[in-house]
Amino acid sequence: MNPADSKTMRDAFLGQLYAAMREDGRIFIVTDDFGAPALDKIRAEFKDRFVNVGIAEQNAINVATGLAIEGFVAYAYGIAGFMTMRSYEQVRTNLSMAAQLRPLNVNIVGVGAGLSYDLSGPSHHCLEDITLMRLLPNIEVFSPSDWTLAARIADRSRHVNAPKYIRLDSKPVPRLYDDGAAVHLDTGFHELAQGAGACVVATGYMTQVAQRALAQSAAPVGLLDIFSFKPLDEDRLCRALEKYRHVVTVEEGFIGRGGLDTLIVGVLARRGVPATVRALGVDDRYLYDVGNRALLHRLCGMDEAAILQAVAQPAPA
Amino acid sequence: MSNNPATTAPVTRDADETAMVRRLQEKAAWVRRETLRVHGVAPETRIASSLSPVEVLVALYYGGHLRFDPRNPQWAGRDRFIASKGHGCVALYPIFADVGYIAAEELATVGKTGSRLGGIPDAQIPGIETTNGSLGHGLGVACGIALALKQKRSDARVYVLVGDGELCEGSVWEAVMFAGQQQLDNLVLIADNNGISMLDYCRNIINLDPLDAKLRQFQWDAVTVDGHDVGAVHRALAGCRQPGCRRPQAVVARTVKGKGVPVLEGDALCHVKTLSKEQVTAAIGSLP
Repeated sequence: MNPADSKTMRDAFLGQLYAAMREDGRIFIVTDDFGAPALDKIRAEFKDRFVNVGIAEQNAINVATGLAIEGFVAYAYGIAGFMTMRSYEQVRTNLSMAAQLRPLNVNIVGVGAGLSYDLSGPSHHCLEDITLMRLLPNIEVFSPSDWTLAARIADRSRHVNAPKYIRLDSKPVPRLYDDGAAVHLDTGFHELAQGAGACVVATGYMTQVAQRALAQSAAPVGLLDIFSFKPLDEDRLCRALEKYRHVVTVEEGFIGRGGLDTLIVGVLARRGVPATVRALGVDDRYLYDVGNRALLHRLCGMDEAAILQAVAQPAPA
Repeated sequence: MSNNPATTAPVTRDADETAMVRRLQEKAAWVRRETLRVHGVAPETRIASSLSPVEVLVALYYGGHLRFDPRNPQWAGRDRFIASKGHGCVALYPIFADVGYIAAEELATVGKTGSRLGGIPDAQIPGIETTNGSLGHGLGVACGIALALKQKRSDARVYVLVGDGELCEGSVWEAVMFAGQQQLDNLVLIADNNGISMLDYCRNIINLDPLDAKLRQFQWDAVTVDGHDVGAVHRALAGCRQPGCRRPQAVVARTVKGKGVPVLEGDALCHVKTLSKEQVTAAIGSLP
C-alpha cells in the first residue's frame, strides 16, 4: 500500500462537504467545538452555516434536528463516543422517533471510531457505538474502512433524507478501493477478496488490519468489508457468505454485544447457513492499557497474527 | 364544547385592550373547563400540569401572538410552537379543536384505542411540531429552528413552553447559553413556573429563583408575570415582539399547578394526581 495514498476519513468527508456547500445552500455543519484541518476552510467561507455550539453534544443534536425540521441538511460533527453516547436520548427522541413521522436529514459524523484514539484511553475509545446506533429504528449506520468510502458516503448523505450515523477513523488510512471500484453503498458491504473455506468479515479500520493479515496467508481467504449496517442487502450478504464453511468476524467493539459479530451470526442463523463463526474483538472490559493501536489489538487478540490464527483454526463446527 | 366564547373574529393587536383581555379571560375559563373534561375522558392525562399553562396557551393562540393556519398546519410562514413540557399540554386539545386543527368530536377520543390524541401530544397531531414527553429537548430543537428561520430570512418566530421542573435538565441550559450567544431574537421561551416538579416543590429540589435574572445573565431579555393574569401574559408576549429586541426573549409565568381545582392546588404531589369523574364534575362546577 502506498503511504502517499493515506488520508484521514474526516478530511476526505469534509472535503466533499466543502465542495457540496459551495453549490448546496441547505448544508449546515454543527460541531461541539471539534475541528479538523479541512474544517478550517468551511469555517472561514461559510460562517452562516457553520455552528459551534460549544462542548455540548446534546445541544448539537438538538440544534441539528431543528435545522433539519426546517428542511436543511445538518451535519453534527464531533468525537464519535461523545456524539453518540452523551446525546443518545436526543438521538432517540428527536431523530429516531421523529424521523418516523417526517424526513430529517441529520448526519451524526463521529470521529474516533473504535480504538483510533488509542493513547487517549477508555474515555475516548468507542466500542459501543455500532451496537447503540443500529438498535435505533429509522437511522442509517455507516462504518467505512477507508477514506474513499468516507467521501462517497459524504456525497450520498445530502441526497438521502434520513438520519444517519457515520463513524470515521481518526487516523490517516490508505485507500482500499480504487476510484472505479463498483461499490454500491446501499448494498452495505463489498467482497474485497474471494476465498475458499474461510472468510474474514470486518468493519472500519479492522478491514485494513485484516487485509494486511491476509496478504501473509498462503491459503485463499475471503474478505468482506461491512461498511454499512443500515442499509444492508442481507440477501446478497448471505449469498456471499454461504460459500464458506468458516467465518471470522473482526471488530473494534465488544464481542457478542450487538455489533458486527451479532449481525453476522443473526444473518447466518436466519438463512440457515451452517458456517461456523469465530468472533474477534474486545472482551467484556475496557482498555486502560497505555499503548498504540497495534498493542491494544494484540492485547485483545485481534491483531494480524490473531486473525491469521483464527483463519487457520476456525471455531469447531 | 359548551359555552365556548366566539373565536371566529380573531382578536387583533389593535382591538380594544380591555375587550380583548375580557375575551381572553372568557376563553381561558372555557379552556380550563374543557381540559378538565378531557381529563374525565382520559384519567391518565396529567391534569395538574395541564391547568397551570392555560392562560399562557390562550394568550398565545387567541391573543394574536402566534401566527398559524389550521387549514395549512405546515404553512411556511407560521410561528412554531414547541410544547416541550409535553405532559402539561393536554390543554392544547380543546384549543386545537376550537381553532380547527382537529375536529371537536376527537376530544372524546383522547387516550382511546386508535386515537391520535394520547396523553402527550406529538407530531402526529397537526399543529404539533415535535415528539414530546422527554423533557429538556424542546429549547435546543427550537434553537435549531430559530437559526433555520434566520437563514431563510423568515420573520416567523419560535415559541417554546417549558416547565420549571424541566429546567433541571442540563440540556436546557446548553440551549439557553447557545440562544443568548447566537442572539436568537426570534425565539421566545415561556416557563410555566408553577413551582412544583414531580415529588416536591422545585425550591426543595433545585431552587432556580430568580429565574428571570439567571436568564438575563445568559444574554436573554426576561420578564416575570402572573401567569394566570391573561392580560399580563398577553402584554408580556407583545413585549417580546417589539422591534429592537436583539436577544432571545423569556416570559416567566408564575402559575399555580392544578389552578382552579382546590384538591390539586398546593399539593406538592399533584403532578401524579388523577381526578375521579365526580371530582371532574365538581371541579368544573366550582370554576368561576
